[in-house]
Amino acid sequence: MTIAEKILAAKSGRSSVTPGEIVEAYPDLVMSHTATWRSAGVMQRVGATKLYDPDRLAIVLDHISPAKTEKYAADQQTSRNFARKNGVTKFYDVDAGIAHLVLMEAGHVVPGDLIVGTDSHCTIYGSLGALGTGIGYTEVASVWITGKLWLKVPESVRIVLEGRFPAGVYAKDLMLHLIGRLGADGCSYKSVEFYGGSAADLNVSERMTMTNLAMEMGVKCAFFPPDAKTAEYLRDKLSDPARYHPVYADPEAAYEQEIPVDISKLEPMVACPHEVENTKPIGEVAGTHIDQAFLGSCANAKYEDLVVAAGILKGRRIHPGVRMIVTPGSKKIMLEAMNSGVLQTLLESGGMVTNPGCGACAGDGGTLSDGEVCLSTANRNFIGRMGSNKSQIYLSSPATLAASAIRGAIADPREFLNR
Amino acid sequence: MRAKIQGRVYKFGDNINSDIIIPGRYLIYVDRERLAQHAFEMLGEGFPDKLRSFDILVAGRNFGCGSAREQAATAIQGLGIKAVVAASFARTFYRNAINDGLPIVECPALAAAVKEGDEIEIDLEAGKILFSGREFVFPRMPDSVRKILELGGLAEYLKSQLEQQSNAT
Repeated sequence: MTIAEKILAAKSGRSSVTPGEIVEAYPDLVMSHTATWRSAGVMQRVGATKLYDPDRLAIVLDHISPAKTEKYAADQQTSRNFARKNGVTKFYDVDAGIAHLVLMEAGHVVPGDLIVGTDSHCTIYGSLGALGTGIGYTEVASVWITGKLWLKVPESVRIVLEGRFPAGVYAKDLMLHLIGRLGADGCSYKSVEFYGGSAADLNVSERMTMTNLAMEMGVKCAFFPPDAKTAEYLRDKLSDPARYHPVYADPEAAYEQEIPVDISKLEPMVACPHEVENTKPIGEVAGTHIDQAFLGSCANAKYEDLVVAAGILKGRRIHPGVRMIVTPGSKKIMLEAMNSGVLQTLLESGGMVTNPGCGACAGDGGTLSDGEVCLSTANRNFIGRMGSNKSQIYLSSPATLAASAIRGAIADPREFLNR
Repeated sequence: MRAKIQGRVYKFGDNINSDIIIPGRYLIYVDRERLAQHAFEMLGEGFPDKLRSFDILVAGRNFGCGSAREQAATAIQGLGIKAVVAASFARTFYRNAINDGLPIVECPALAAAVKEGDEIEIDLEAGKILFSGREFVFPRMPDSVRKILELGGLAEYLKSQLEQQSNAT
């Protein structure tokens, strides 16, 4: 069996499963973010009063935080009250940051776990070897009450990475390359497993970027098989170290296809408006004017991402025509960046720093007007996602973002390296 | 849910994402009519009101991709749309549609054959679509999943399950 097959078998009490089958699985963790109040409403509407297991709930108020209207404030209050009343201890308020990053930092994501949540980018939990997948708010309420949900066992795909990233090329560029090559539904309903010599070289932050972006090719879930880097990341985070029991694919596991990628041949990539699959090598879009640069989101606002951007911005100033908005992924990341001087570099270069959270990626600030162009490190560039339907969003790595903020136009980060 | 759904088709292309179906800034609403007022507005002038004179949306590949927001299915229902047929759906939209009681059918051949304004009839029970004297077959949903759709969505399904449980005890 593949990793997804093994996890779904284990969580549905079966000895084996095959792709296409439907199982009733019991998730280890149910994440809900800003949508929590809606799920609480569903619970009330159906007349349920008891949770299957409050310890399996995790709630993080990350989109639109802190509240910007009375309506948001009231909804957040509903979520807080729900958590308190039901004894949900894994509750993180508007100061904590983006749900996915907060839950991984807190040690709530463990290899082999099945995790569902009100967010499509739950696929990121596969960076630590957990099966993460998105569901709607009514279904979250259903899992809260019954403890289970139906899931189709997906076909699995192996993506084998070989070679080393050339200078200026990062995990984000690799994913934009893959999404462009395979398409927005290139791995629809599939479980993707990353292997190869360079998959083992990638650090946990890069793995997070990749399993997060895998959603943009339609995956149900994506995995890096746990290894020494996973164990090291979780070493001081798990409340019970005995919970660390990684799940690996069997040598005879069946894959629908295998996709080899030589990452040493890649260039910096940019996704152009208005679809993530609309990717181009940097050379084809360099010079495109930008008004705003957004360094944030669950894809690329981790500490390592801020370090890459700061490395290019150190001692330089961003273009006077550019607003650079930095939204650290979590409070922990923000503190680390503050202590190491990274935040200072980003501020001194001309950027502004907001509180941690989803920020402009979820339409919380940084709104674009007609005709404006934003370069963003987020995972989506859909029409109107950041404001006007006459604005444009391009996506890139943090390095390309920093280089472009300096130039005032999309720029190749390699021009700023080794100088 | 009616076993047969008949009506006029509005046709979309590939990769219609859930940010297009309902932009994130309107997720503060839960009411379907309220959501529907802003459905597809990113596509520009005439949307969403021009969709109100159609009954069934037909789309290309990967309909509903992107965000897992359930309100995408809710907003479509708020427009009075009775079903969505597509060459393929993104998995999050597929689940949300079932959970919201919106009938959905994966049928690439029909999606390729129809154009705006065509009349079709979907027979969910028989697993076929009638269009211009031709039959287009599609695989039926598993019974367990159909049950949710038949009751009008997951909330109604849950309610009936909970009622059964309390009657049993």
